[in-house]
Amino acid sequence: MLKIVQGEVYDPINGIDGEKRDICIEGGKIVAEVEGAPTIDASGMVVMPGGVDIHSHIAGSKVNTGRKMRPEDHRGDVVPRTNVTRSGVGYTVPSTFTTGYRYAALGYTTVMEAAVPPLTAKHAHEELNDIPLLDKASFPLMGNNYFVLKYIATGEFQKVKAFVAWLLQATKGYAIKIVNPGGVDTWKWGKNIESLDEKANTFDVTPRQILTTLARVQEDLGLPHPIHVHCNNLGVPGNYETTLKTMEAVEGRRIHITHAQFNSYGGESWARFRSKAPEIATYVNDHPNVTIDVGQVIFGEATTMTADGPWQYRLHQLTGHKWVNSDVEMETGAGIVPYRFSKRNSVNAIQWAIGLELLLLIEDPWRVFLTTDHPNGGPFYFYPQIIKLLMSQDARLEMLESVHKWARTRTSLKELGREYSLYEIAIITRAGTAKALGLKEKGHLGVGADADIAIYPKLDDPEAMFSRPRYVIKGGEVIVEDGKVVKDGLGKTFFVEPAYDEAIEGEIREDFEKYYTVTFENYPVQLEHYLPRHEVIPCG
Amino acid sequence: MEIDNVVCAFCGCVCDDITVTVEEGRISEVKNACTLGRAWFLGHSSNAHRPSGTVNGRPVSTEEAVEEAARILAQARYPLIFGLTSTYCEAQKEAIALAEVLGACIDCCTSVCHGPSGIALQGVGEPTCTLGEVKNRADLIIYWGSNPAESHPRHLTRYAVTPKGLFTPRGRKDRRVVLVDVRPTPSARAADIFLQVKPGKDFECLWALRALIKGIDLEEDAVADTGVTLAQLKDLADRMQSCRFGMLCVGQGLTQSRGKQMNTTAVFLLVRELNGFTKFAAMPMRGHGNVTGIDNVLAWQTGYPFGVNFSRGYPRFNPGEFTAVDVLTRQEADAALIIASDPVANLPRPASGRLSQIPTVALETRESETTKIAKVVITTAPAGISAEGTVYRMDNVPLRLRKVLPSPFPSDEEVLSRLLERVKELKHA
Repeated sequence: MLKIVQGEVYDPINGIDGEKRDICIEGGKIVAEVEGAPTIDASGMVVMPGGVDIHSHIAGSKVNTGRKMRPEDHRGDVVPRTNVTRSGVGYTVPSTFTTGYRYAALGYTTVMEAAVPPLTAKHAHEELNDIPLLDKASFPLMGNNYFVLKYIATGEFQKVKAFVAWLLQATKGYAIKIVNPGGVDTWKWGKNIESLDEKANTFDVTPRQILTTLARVQEDLGLPHPIHVHCNNLGVPGNYETTLKTMEAVEGRRIHITHAQFNSYGGESWARFRSKAPEIATYVNDHPNVTIDVGQVIFGEATTMTADGPWQYRLHQLTGHKWVNSDVEMETGAGIVPYRFSKRNSVNAIQWAIGLELLLLIEDPWRVFLTTDHPNGGPFYFYPQIIKLLMSQDARLEMLESVHKWARTRTSLKELGREYSLYEIAIITRAGTAKALGLKEKGHLGVGADADIAIYPKLDDPEAMFSRPRYVIKGGEVIVEDGKVVKDGLGKTFFVEPAYDEAIEGEIREDFEKYYTVTFENYPVQLEHYLPRHEVIPCG
Repeated sequence: MEIDNVVCAFCGCVCDDITVTVEEGRISEVKNACTLGRAWFLGHSSNAHRPSGTVNGRPVSTEEAVEEAARILAQARYPLIFGLTSTYCEAQKEAIALAEVLGACIDCCTSVCHGPSGIALQGVGEPTCTLGEVKNRADLIIYWGSNPAESHPRHLTRYAVTPKGLFTPRGRKDRRVVLVDVRPTPSARAADIFLQVKPGKDFECLWALRALIKGIDLEEDAVADTGVTLAQLKDLADRMQSCRFGMLCVGQGLTQSRGKQMNTTAVFLLVRELNGFTKFAAMPMRGHGNVTGIDNVLAWQTGYPFGVNFSRGYPRFNPGEFTAVDVLTRQEADAALIIASDPVANLPRPASGRLSQIPTVALETRESETTKIAKVVITTAPAGISAEGTVYRMDNVPLRLRKVLPSPFPSDEEVLSRLLERVKELKHA
């Protein structure tokens, strides 16, 4: 039991905008009243639901290869053990324990792992279990899956649907992730595809067919989160047209475009590179079926890691940096390339500005979310810096002056006067993301919500304020005080259990046994071994 | 009773299609396994007569052995934890937690097998794939410094050479197989082409191949003393550039001969450059059943895949400084905990000798050279036979070991977890 009194509460789902409210907690949930509970005096402080990150790379085969290949990344950022917490390393690809502690220390309590190859889903869950304090879920990769492509090619929609449901259950996944649909399959022979109507390699299907089919599957299965799409042509000048076509392709069905910054580029070459954020924002403003997260660039070190093998190879060729490629049989690929975003680099400066443009130009904060696509745009623990830039035009203009001039001449950033309120910040970092994910007990402080709460000191400098919460409460227990983790523990993993026609198991078995190198029986993730604390989020 | 789809954790192939027959409390038959896997299953089913533990050779209960082990480790100033490659990830996690509490060095057999592949990954990256990609697509397989016929028999039949896949419907007929080694091993029979390199000349050959695929004209002298001719290398370079999907399997002949990480770096650079022409991948032929698992668990918990030191309270990595052979040879470690590994039989003499000078604790399923010298021995249930948990195949694919037989002994995970609790209490007191 706990009672938080006298705080200035920002709870957008319940329409509470900075009013003084008491929050009562019992049994890990928000309740209407408690008697005789210890109190936290939050006067002079801001109370928000715990942060909910809709897209991050924190666990699994690709993240871990990123850790293995970058000793130079960890060496300067060491985290000693304490009486409460385990040791680790940080910077762009932190160790698992450090990942959990750093998210919690920012006031984040729920994080999505956004790309899991189904074949290595056990690995992702093993790491998620070693990320303390947070609640989590993972998105299995499906946009280049053999069976998805096969049944689209044969026009058997019901089989696609049954297979997707089976795969979500087999991997204990949460949402349909699509990365460079068709392109990653084509990359398995070293090539890529560049338009929505080009055919992928293994079967004669196009990205457009993959997108429309999976959007329909998502709707039919009643999954809580829409298809989560990393578009074709990511990172390439002129790619905004592909992004617009991708959003159009789903014909009004729900779609989430992830790290849209990397897909809002104009110009037909790097020399003519420019922002097309206004075009993307206009489309999003006019189409309520679309949500996006930005994938904001942070100047400094990053480790780019995606399932988009052909893009990662291209980035390796552009930079000459070390390169990992790892294709996964029947399913997907992965690439990793370390990168450094520099203020003096003309393209990087434009990329940085585009993320902010998207956040400022998309009018409805319920449909645009703060991410860095950690660790692709930069580490998640720079979120407070971005919050400051959103809340203060002066801070933005000052930083704009310090970067390459193309950010001023080839983007609209300097003209944008909008300043976010605390209420809007609460939407783009917790309320909106929880809603887009369909996590009804997250992202708000109404009765029945999980008691995940961040209490920040109210300061003039939003960066300082959001960098060091006074308290963070997870499941009703204080886990952070003054920005320091004071309690360790394991959070829950969410997954979905959509119903499916079991005939699909017999249907896929023959090809599975011929072309996979693990047996059908050993493929699924066993709940009892890999999800020690879990919760099923209902479909439909 | 027949149990299907059992996972074999003997070597890095981690085949998961084994059928095991259990009769009267022992394994009586094993199907689908290679000779190594078969021996592993059959040989492990009759260790019940061993004492639960020994202290100075005297049989004791598990509890007494754990107590003595905890006392030794808690008193040590610079303990070493080593091995871990033949146990499962859940036990490995306990060992890492113990290393952290002790401020110990923790290292695995990677530092004496494919550590140089890990270092090459850190230097230049690695183009790779899962084994199913090899089965489904590869039409050129090169084993370099590896003898799979004897070390990984089913690598040939289940993953790389003979299986029929999606784009290799005729199996062996759709592939060309090349073996590069210092002697014609039994694997040469599986190869279409055998190139005999002189010992210590692998790097020169790899570097010459890089030049050839870049179109640089080489003189015959450039490859003098390597044991192979320029014509042979030109032929190989042509095959590499013109295949549809190539796979270079990196053996310990490259990682543990002169050049070490320079050899593996040359491989990864060569393969990276080949991706400018076609699709090409490389993969270290990891040896022990879960050596890939300990690399993974160490990496996600500490950031580094082997040779991790906790003496400052946070993880540090420095091969040559914090790796087992070095810590032992320099006489730094003053106590050792060896888990599921036999370093006395395998490490260089100056390193293994140190283990008999200091108090050594061994967790082992059967008698080994290490248990013979250990001050404390704790008998544990064999992973994958009498203990279940997660292992990682050489291509980082996770699989779950099954428990097919009961055991009178506790699992590695249980022992390490008790040891951790006892050490915490002793350190606290």
